[in-house]
Amino acid sequence: MTNFIRLIARNRLAAFGGIMLVLLVLLCLITPWLPLDDPNITSPENRLKPPLSAGHLLGTDALGRDILSRLLWGTRVSLAVGIAASLVAAFFGSLIGIVAGYFGGRTDNTMMRGIDMLMAFPYILLALAIVAVLGPGLMNALYAIAIVNIPFFARNIRGVTVGIAHREFIDAARLSGKGHIRILASEILPNVLPVIVITMSTTVGWMILETAGLSFLGLGAQPPQADLGSMLGEGRRMMLNAPHVAVLPGLVIFLLVMSINLLGDGIRDALDPRLKSGALSRPAPFTHIRRRQVPPENGSAANALLDVQDLHTHFEVGRRTHRAVNGVSFTIRHNECLGLVGESGSGKSVTALSLLGLVASPPGVITEGRIALEGRDLLDLPHRSIRRIRGRNVAYVFQDPLSTLHPLFRVGHQLIEAIQQHQAIPRQEARELAVSLLDQVRIPNAERRADQYPHELSGGMRQRVGIAMALANNPQLIVADEPTTALDVTVQAQILALIQNLRETKGTSVLFITHDFGVVSQVCDRVAVMYAGRIVEIGPTADILDDPRHPYTQRLIDCVPRLGEPNNEPAAIPGLPPAADALPEGCAFADRCDLAEDACLRGDIALRATDSDRQVRCIKPLGLPTRQGVMQ
Amino acid sequence: MSKPLLEIRGLTRTFGGGRRWFGHDIPGVHAIQGIDLDVAQGETLGIVGESGCGKSSLARLLVGLDTPTAGQILFAGEDLQALRKKDRYALSRRLQYVFQDPLSSLNPRKRIRDILAAPLRHLRGLEGTALDRRLSELMEVVNLRPEFISRYPHEFSGGQAQRIGIARALAAEPKLLVLDEPVSALDVSIQAQVLKLLRRLKDEFDLTYLFISHDLSVVEAISDRIAVMYFGRIIEQAPSRRLFHSPAHPYTRLLLDSAPVPGGPPIRAESGESELPDPLAPPPGCSFAPRCPKAEPDCRQAVPLLDTLGQRGDHRVACHHPIEGPWRRLDTQEVNETANE
Amino acid sequence: MIRYTLRRLLMTFPVLLGLSVIVFLIMSLIPGDPAQAILGSYATPENLEQLRADLGLNLPLPQQYLVWLGNILQGDLGRSYTLNRPVLDEVLERFSATLILAGTSLVLCTIVGVTAGIVSAIRQYGWGDRIITLLVLVGISVPAFWLGMLMIMYFSVGLRWFPASGMTAAYGGGGILDVLHHLVLPAIALAVVAAGVIARLTRSNMLEVLRQDYIRTARAKGLGEHRVVLRHAFKVALVNLIPVIGVQAGFVIGGAVYIETVFQWPGIGRMLVNAISTRDLLLVQGGVLVVAAAYVLFNLMADLFQHWLDPRIQA
Repeated sequence: MTNFIRLIARNRLAAFGGIMLVLLVLLCLITPWLPLDDPNITSPENRLKPPLSAGHLLGTDALGRDILSRLLWGTRVSLAVGIAASLVAAFFGSLIGIVAGYFGGRTDNTMMRGIDMLMAFPYILLALAIVAVLGPGLMNALYAIAIVNIPFFARNIRGVTVGIAHREFIDAARLSGKGHIRILASEILPNVLPVIVITMSTTVGWMILETAGLSFLGLGAQPPQADLGSMLGEGRRMMLNAPHVAVLPGLVIFLLVMSINLLGDGIRDALDPRLKSGALSRPAPFTHIRRRQVPPENGSAANALLDVQDLHTHFEVGRRTHRAVNGVSFTIRHNECLGLVGESGSGKSVTALSLLGLVASPPGVITEGRIALEGRDLLDLPHRSIRRIRGRNVAYVFQDPLSTLHPLFRVGHQLIEAIQQHQAIPRQEARELAVSLLDQVRIPNAERRADQYPHELSGGMRQRVGIAMALANNPQLIVADEPTTALDVTVQAQILALIQNLRETKGTSVLFITHDFGVVSQVCDRVAVMYAGRIVEIGPTADILDDPRHPYTQRLIDCVPRLGEPNNEPAAIPGLPPAADALPEGCAFADRCDLAEDACLRGDIALRATDSDRQVRCIKPLGLPTRQGVMQ
Repeated sequence: MSKPLLEIRGLTRTFGGGRRWFGHDIPGVHAIQGIDLDVAQGETLGIVGESGCGKSSLARLLVGLDTPTAGQILFAGEDLQALRKKDRYALSRRLQYVFQDPLSSLNPRKRIRDILAAPLRHLRGLEGTALDRRLSELMEVVNLRPEFISRYPHEFSGGQAQRIGIARALAAEPKLLVLDEPVSALDVSIQAQVLKLLRRLKDEFDLTYLFISHDLSVVEAISDRIAVMYFGRIIEQAPSRRLFHSPAHPYTRLLLDSAPVPGGPPIRAESGESELPDPLAPPPGCSFAPRCPKAEPDCRQAVPLLDTLGQRGDHRVACHHPIEGPWRRLDTQEVNETANE
Repeated sequence: MIRYTLRRLLMTFPVLLGLSVIVFLIMSLIPGDPAQAILGSYATPENLEQLRADLGLNLPLPQQYLVWLGNILQGDLGRSYTLNRPVLDEVLERFSATLILAGTSLVLCTIVGVTAGIVSAIRQYGWGDRIITLLVLVGISVPAFWLGMLMIMYFSVGLRWFPASGMTAAYGGGGILDVLHHLVLPAIALAVVAAGVIARLTRSNMLEVLRQDYIRTARAKGLGEHRVVLRHAFKVALVNLIPVIGVQAGFVIGGAVYIETVFQWPGIGRMLVNAISTRDLLLVQGGVLVVAAAYVLFNLMADLFQHWLDPRIQA
């Protein structure tokens, strides 16, 4: 709770709104004790006095009543009616929403058809109809506004409830022996409550406006009782000769509603967990680069296609810095496939996305390093040049083809777009090329498939489209970020075969990111193992798999169950990888490694060559083949 | 042979279907089609299949999160549906479920204490100090530190969250655990930890497991017996070693051929389209026939039934032309092994 | 698409039917005896009974509804006793005036709101975003009727740029230019709130869409940022915005009630308010029915448009 208030206070606008609202509410609360004239006493001799008259700070209205006094009393009424209406609407609306969303099926259908029916009326119209039936009056206006807002709550809350009701923890609660009522009260409600609060805080202002509107039309508060709306309505008649009578109540409504809206936005932001992580920020087209020094050009890698040196990519969230990529160096030669292996959070995907500045920024920042493509440092190039490299020299294949293909464009269109971005050819020609690309990735009926949308294709077909799109401009390098992880094993086999085949026929280099050693050994010439944002070992695939030098590599291989070897019990690695915002000094694996000694915990451990083409980041690398060694 | 703990007979689940006001009638989708399966007390039965084969639907039917369209499930000789009518918590005291996604199966707004206490309270009727004692026992059993009990789920890693999920399932003191892809969402190093824990718990509490996964190597590592599912049916079942040694169904062989093994021989990919059949218009005969390299005309006519293969009676396959002899890639593997030694 | 259109059209009938039931029920809930109201307090019991029988008030409620519905389907909405003319004629005449006002406003608020929302999303946390966010906040907090009054005071009375009331000039008016001249102030006053809401939702929708994986794919293809934002991101945001605009249309039609009162626009909103205060309930009923039916049809079109943009949506 204190955390919540702190979050609101940090938001300056929300705090301003909150303070204003508190002042207004306080003023309303103490109104009965203030030395004010009775708001309803008329004195015709004092009519329409301008503001700042003696005894009437804000002047008087057409019947000589004190405007300041009427304003304060009126605000009390408006505020009370607005809050009451939103409480009523929130209660009934949420109840309907939760019940409909949780039970689903016929209950849901019946209830929501009714709600839809109410929503088929334009908003105010229904309120007018209700007032027409009940007759004008403040309470009736309150009911009318509350009723017309029930559908709004019901719909919102139902949507959220449906999302929660299908989560596994609801099933789990059912299996724990909880009945429907218990689940609604103790599992669903706590998760829906923030949404109810958000919806309420964003609608109170609106409801005050609406009740004021009905009063303005003469259908709400009836004389002599006054709320802000009816004062405004009365003032309208003398708008021209005594503008203050109408302007002042309007101004108070405006300030009241604005302060509520400001605070409401603050509450929404504070309760919406996505904002805390900065996830709602718009990712910039290019990752921010903030390099203090540039590593010198490395002569040894001159003939490499891609040479990455000492790459650092950090995520800056609030005051914390998550060092996702923490000094990664590797090279890829022409027509080579390098595997980047690691567990989740090891920084392998961030490394891949950093190459062409595709890491979401904010919060991502590239703080150090050099990424040389055929000798040109990509981190030094202007955005326009990077954009020319994206998709032409270096192309990406992403993990989940359903979310990475645009859902509303036909696949053919998406391919044509990729082609025409980099090749100045007419559309018809581009289309033919697109169809032939689909053919190349062995999509049957390519011509017809080109006119389909991604959701009409199976997972495997979609990933083939993703690969076809990467091939569109014959890139030198394809970065494949877990391209088969979301696929079934038989489909994965086909996609891997396809990638192999294309590599042989087109001579493309591939950076293949995966967590699966099995996949690595199928497609990669060399492999780099990542742990806590760094490469801990790099070398030819077969050598590393047969004879790992780094204890982490060794143990990672050992914990994979191996098909056809049921007796080879996988050996677990105890503990967890370190958090990326609190990396230890020395070797990040040291506290999980049973070979660690004091020296492992000190200083920076360099990646050093052990054999001609292998490097390892360990002060006491394993020397001997230890495939049978299952250590516990 | 003693009576099996769980007997599944002709289990079928159809989704959707029915009439519409306008347009064609909607045909139903058979998620599960007439499954027969026995699980013996104390064994681990692995169920393997790719996405959409119905393995999760089967799991939900068993634990009572869903109701079968047809068929029967007997648990220790008692009919589960009848049992459930008498006492709606009867199922949950006998069978429990471990979910795939450890974090989404824990309510983010509840402390671990409340999550674990629910089954103890509602299914076992524990209160007060007895409840507290049982809670700390459970935490110890799954290797979690006692102070974790007052934390919220988001403070845990995937592996720890999965331990809590397992503890919750154990709290009901079930005889059988249905584990639905319990390690698929975890990193390999954590996966091994959880598998190890599951093995220990099974011995400690005399449990029976139904272990569902898409990952052949994981299933092989933990199961005594394995059933392979394709398109809502079981197409092959056999003791684990036998299945991997001489798989008889072409689909099982395809699965094995496709799975990459670190340092293993190259995998083989199907040449054609590997599309699942359209569930709204299933092919006549064997549902694998359109993809099968060995399909004959009779495969496209009659649905093959699960039939016993060989004399021992523990290897059953639903194929008109089962393949005999050992699996080839296993051969090369063995050659490699001996070469290394 | 054709199948979907047909299905959707068919689904509209139950909604219209339900609508009529609600209106009928609301009207029959009104306390008091219509016969008494018509004949006044000096009516004899025999006269009252006769009129009740004539009006069908002695029939059971469902039967009354069917009679009522039959009349409506034949275009008979009754006679307004205050205006002494058929309700349908009055309602249609007034509704066309409202359509001009609300339609202009809706176009205005959509264009302004969507543009502001996109600019705000692209320049997130920049000066443009801050200014727009502030304007949006003012827009959704200001009472439209008050804003209308301020506009009259400043632009009509003060600067004399635009007329303060009515739809046409009293003498020699009625041309398109004349109506447009009268339309400017009320249309703007009516559009302000909806523009604020649309801008806000456009911004949050665009931000949401811009974080999606397919936007990263578009950038990885090397597409320019304009294409990424205006084609790839906006197309998805638009699909999400169509229902929002549909809801806003309801708000604009509703808000017309205030604006018509302030600007003396001869629309259906003002007619309804007058009818309610004079308790001319047949007029209220006719007005509500026609506007609600029109709104249902508008939402039907919005739905079809959305389906056309997004092939994933199934009936």
